[in-house]
Amino acid sequence: MNIVVCVKHVPDAQSDRTFNESDSTTDREGVDGLLSELDEYAVEAALKLVEEGEGEVTVLTIGPAQAADAVKKALQMGADKGVHVSDEAIHGSDAVATSLVLAEAIRKIGSPDLVLTGMASTDGTMGVVPAMLAERLGVPQVTYASELTVSDGTATIRRDGDTASETIVATLPALVSVTDQINEPRYPSFKGIMAAKKKPVETWSLADLGVDASQVGLDAAWTKVESFTKRPPRQQGQIVTDEGDGGTRLAEFLSAQKFI
Amino acid sequence: MSAPTKKLPPIDPMDLAGIDDLLSDEEKAVRDSVRRLCETVVDPFVADWFERGEIDDPRGLAKELGSLGLLGMHLEGYGCAGMTATDYGLACLELEASDSGVRSLVSVQGSLAMFAIWRWGSEEQKQEWLPRMATGEAIGCFGLTEPDHGSDPGSMRTRARRDGDDWVLDGRKMWITNGSISDVAVVWARTDEGIRGFVVPTASTGFSAPLIKHKLSLRASVTSELVLDGVRLPADAVLPEVRGLKGPLSCLNEARYGIVWGALGAARSSLDAARRYAIEREQFGRPLAAFQLTQSKLADMALELVKGQLLALHLGRRKDAGTLRPEQVSLGKLNNVREALEICRTARTVLGANGISLEFPVIRHMNNLESVLTYEGTVEMHTLVVGQAMTGESAFR
Repeated sequence: MNIVVCVKHVPDAQSDRTFNESDSTTDREGVDGLLSELDEYAVEAALKLVEEGEGEVTVLTIGPAQAADAVKKALQMGADKGVHVSDEAIHGSDAVATSLVLAEAIRKIGSPDLVLTGMASTDGTMGVVPAMLAERLGVPQVTYASELTVSDGTATIRRDGDTASETIVATLPALVSVTDQINEPRYPSFKGIMAAKKKPVETWSLADLGVDASQVGLDAAWTKVESFTKRPPRQQGQIVTDEGDGGTRLAEFLSAQKFI
Repeated sequence: MSAPTKKLPPIDPMDLAGIDDLLSDEEKAVRDSVRRLCETVVDPFVADWFERGEIDDPRGLAKELGSLGLLGMHLEGYGCAGMTATDYGLACLELEASDSGVRSLVSVQGSLAMFAIWRWGSEEQKQEWLPRMATGEAIGCFGLTEPDHGSDPGSMRTRARRDGDDWVLDGRKMWITNGSISDVAVVWARTDEGIRGFVVPTASTGFSAPLIKHKLSLRASVTSELVLDGVRLPADAVLPEVRGLKGPLSCLNEARYGIVWGALGAARSSLDAARRYAIEREQFGRPLAAFQLTQSKLADMALELVKGQLLALHLGRRKDAGTLRPEQVSLGKLNNVREALEICRTARTVLGANGISLEFPVIRHMNNLESVLTYEGTVEMHTLVVGQAMTGESAFR
């Protein structure tokens, strides 16, 4: 089974993330970046499926030069090869354009049995690219999988909702987005780190994909960030004095915040 | 002309000098993987291990370390990962940022027991032991120090005598890391042909390894005595490729190199704890971090950490280039352990009373480094090695 995993290189959530002053796009220069944590679950899910059977895992990303680091991380985890779409015209692209470029890149890679993604990026956190991408590829979309099994030409997932869990079956080829409940991503072993040095990574431009620059980038975006302001400092938390009902009130608070 | 105005990268308070720039992507990946492993299998438990003086499941831990590739990581072949000396140093630093005891387990396994067999062993010995030791299925220890012979191992009393083709070993070794949990011990003994090394299965009749208790340092580490009471070994148990003190000293040089890096891990962890504590803790209506005396401590600790890291990295590059001399390892071990201990002690004062609690890593690191300061060559010995390198005069032999 051949799997393409779409991954994103995002600013490290532990550093001070901000936007560019000039065009209000995400600042990717001034902060350290890494493979989006939510995408690690998709990489792990792909590796597990291939380890059970056969086939290969291709990891795909779009982004500036440093986005190659996200591909490399996935290769160190065990993916077989990488594709990095990089083109200055892509800067500022919205989800619509991103899904277009991903779809064209996946077509050029071949016809995978499965496309895996994380449930959302950790920077934009829109979570719409998987659905858009499935639509562009014309394959079933089964999103927010907290469990995934593949057999006999179908993918079966479990999607956990607030009140019920659904089991959904899709015929392959299909697109599956996975949640952070699906597995525990591995970290690269030393052998994985060494092996990744020799794994092939192709870098493609928009021209390689036959995508016109006018279809992507900030100017083509359906939505754009008009302005941004720094979040004000956190307000002091709510202090509950325990008058014998502390446990109940704590549970009420957590429940109201949907933590439990 | 200076370069055109470029947006400056942000400052990392724990890497003030930006030393990360000197590492390759692969080196950073090695470091990150070791850190993540430690965060999963060591950090949540190690304070408890230290308090109880016992690692929950040392064999399970060894297998976790082995699965990443940490055991004998800088050796080539026989299931070892074949990483660089710099990778090995970075790994030691991350391990010791969790606990010196865990780093000791890895050092002794890889740099002492495995290195001895890898460098001086027969092909059969290598095939028998190294692959299993690399995965952590087999654990090794290294017996050189004796109750009465520490810095002067040439005076050792443990003796191996020939009996027909066999060897028979008698003697005692002391302060042996991993001893009681080992499957194999590399034991150095006096023979008629000088000092020789022996690969001793710990199941051999006459071999025992009682645990050393009542330690107030390296409590998350197994430390043992080795007792050899007429241990009979076949002729092929001897390490064939070396005679004399050069054998054990070559191994110690490997382990000391790891300590040059490792000690800085304990220092970094303590400095980080002190910095965070100083920012959060308020006295007289403001954070400790806003007091000049506290800032002075933090700045001084950071300076020594940066200097130690640069020295370690430089020595690592030399080791990878094949130009690292033992005297340079002495220089690094002497400086970095001494300064790391000083950083931990200063961090302890920043935390006040909390500094003595196992809720914070600081006193644990500080106590651990008291051992690290002495083992693998005391401060005094390394000082005299440096002195000899500078003057040509040996002040101890």
